[in-house]
Amino acid sequence: MSTPTEELKPLAKKKKKVPFNYEPYIRGGKLPHIWCPGCGHGIVLKSLLRAIHTTGMSKDDIAMVSGIGCSSRTPGYVDFNTLHTLHGRALAYATGLKLAKPKLKIIVTTGDGDALAIGGNHFIHACRRNMDMTILVYNNAIYGMTSGQSSPTTPQGMISTTGRYGSIEPPFDTCQLAQAAGATFVARGTAYHFQELEKIIYEAILHKGTSVVDIIDACPTYYGRFNKYKTPSEMMEKIEKEGTVSVKQAEKLTPEELQGKFLRGIIHRSERPEYCEEYNKLVATVQAKK
Amino acid sequence: MANQKKRFMQGNEACTEGAFYAGCRFYAGYPITPSTEVMEICGTRLPKVGGVFIQMEDEIASICAIVGASLGGLKAMTATSGPGFSLMQEGLGFACMTEVPCVIVNVMRSGPSTGFPTGPSQSDVMQAKWGTHGDHPAIVLSPASVEEIFHETVRAFNLSEIYRTPVILLYDEIIGHMREAITIPEPGAVEVINRVAPNCPPNEYKPYDNKLGDIAPLASYGDGYRFHVTGLYHAADGFPTNNTKMIEDAARRLLRKVDDNKERIWKNEEYFLDDAEIGIFAYGVSARSAKFAVRELRKKGIKAGLLRPITIWPFPDAAVEEMSKRVKAIIVPEMNLGQIVYEVERAAKGRCDVKGIFRVDTEPIRPIQIMDCITGAVLALSEAKNGAKPPVSTMTEMMVERDMIDG
Repeated sequence: MSTPTEELKPLAKKKKKVPFNYEPYIRGGKLPHIWCPGCGHGIVLKSLLRAIHTTGMSKDDIAMVSGIGCSSRTPGYVDFNTLHTLHGRALAYATGLKLAKPKLKIIVTTGDGDALAIGGNHFIHACRRNMDMTILVYNNAIYGMTSGQSSPTTPQGMISTTGRYGSIEPPFDTCQLAQAAGATFVARGTAYHFQELEKIIYEAILHKGTSVVDIIDACPTYYGRFNKYKTPSEMMEKIEKEGTVSVKQAEKLTPEELQGKFLRGIIHRSERPEYCEEYNKLVATVQAKK
Repeated sequence: MANQKKRFMQGNEACTEGAFYAGCRFYAGYPITPSTEVMEICGTRLPKVGGVFIQMEDEIASICAIVGASLGGLKAMTATSGPGFSLMQEGLGFACMTEVPCVIVNVMRSGPSTGFPTGPSQSDVMQAKWGTHGDHPAIVLSPASVEEIFHETVRAFNLSEIYRTPVILLYDEIIGHMREAITIPEPGAVEVINRVAPNCPPNEYKPYDNKLGDIAPLASYGDGYRFHVTGLYHAADGFPTNNTKMIEDAARRLLRKVDDNKERIWKNEEYFLDDAEIGIFAYGVSARSAKFAVRELRKKGIKAGLLRPITIWPFPDAAVEEMSKRVKAIIVPEMNLGQIVYEVERAAKGRCDVKGIFRVDTEPIRPIQIMDCITGAVLALSEAKNGAKPPVSTMTEMMVERDMIDG
């Protein structure tokens, strides 16, 4: 069922030299965004919109749901059905909306704190149900909006305003957690590898079932400043470029060489009945018995 | 009418019948005593009518899911009890702020905390109004019989759709688990109100447009109206704002939706109140004991009467004010240590005595408790007339010994 490593297929060839037009997807008058200079969220949004465009889906058929945090501000800038909810609860709102309107493609934009700390319970249960939705975890290993507290993905030893002496807590691996909880598509990308990220998000959106993409993304304002990264680009290179290896590269590396590095690419893909389809079958069975 | 069969039914079951009658097609919940029957019946019945039932991972997820479903265009409900209701408070505030219709049933049990899960209580009446943070509108209905649960559930959905706000159906464990005869009305016999959909082109739609009044039409996601919903203070177009005037306007408008329409939302039952000298203000199961007490006292020549709020929030100020002008004292029996009694005292504005009867041993307040309290009040009043000292306190807690009530 599951294929631990998988090569990314190139997307359909686009016409060269015509710059991508983001305008149809951005809500008029809602920019500038709130993200700091150097933040990777804008890059992720770019990859996301390009991926959505490639799917050819109608804007009316996409619902973007978020919780609270920097990444959760994304829906406010894009022209879809958009719902900005409570801290940690995006997936619960998304579950209700998807069941009420199964034709909607649900994309959840969430952060490491939103998805894995306060929303951890909803995260594992969403993965378990395998309802058709794409969960994008903008993972910058810190609470950015509240100015730099430790999160469930802050690596041990790293500095935050609530971990002045270095975090002593072991972090979650978003992908391992999602896979263990039952997500049928699990991948990781980074803002640095934005073209690869676009392909990953495209695959995630087309996947039928719960797809989770852990997106490693830098917060220079807090994480970078506290942890002595001089520039946003230095952060991207050290954390996103040097800190990750693609699943293909990883095949050639020894466990020692892989130590401390995150896998990038599609890490897990499997097939399992999708929740809404199963519910429809149940309804049909129950109604046939009447 | 001939084919309307009388059925023998539990309160929680009547709640589901009311929900289905009103067109509820989505239920999300989490098991909790003493409300679980609502969930179990929804889980059995909703698939039969093509509706959606889902058991969520907790009560927080449940209230979020019903708001999501309501934005998808379905009438949605959840049911819970004390601890679950506490967990739902943030989600309740979100529904108020974003003006998404939904119905929350709270079958009250003894608290705080886990309390006594199978023991009835009326101690969430203030939480139902004030539980979530920030100023917000509250519509809370308090039925006192199985048949009334049916009708108030329908009304809860109707009010929720009219005012674009969550409505809480609040009843105690006794009313929820009691079995009584009930006739379910034929479809169409009771009015069912559906939400007003926008009739403007999608590009002109503003989900919080108040140009034509305080309540704007609500579109559903996926129907071509791509709008934004946020728990942040927002402008008419739904997008966040930090404009101080817009924030104040939005905050005031939220409350005004209910305040300006309270006469339409209020619903009371008056029982022998016209010529009453002693009034009782009671809701839920305590009102049933109060009714019995009124009948018994009338037999003894004591002019007692009952005001029973069926809408408990917005508080029936006008009815209490009216009663306070006519009676010498108002007795407020409730299964808590004093909650709605303070609202009665506020509305009575010192025009008469207000006395609470509080009981928290998870047994209902018995008619004899109310009768003894009223007999005592009558005695005190006649002593006062004859020159004796008036009662020192206007708020006397009458705790009757268990032996006296149960023996």
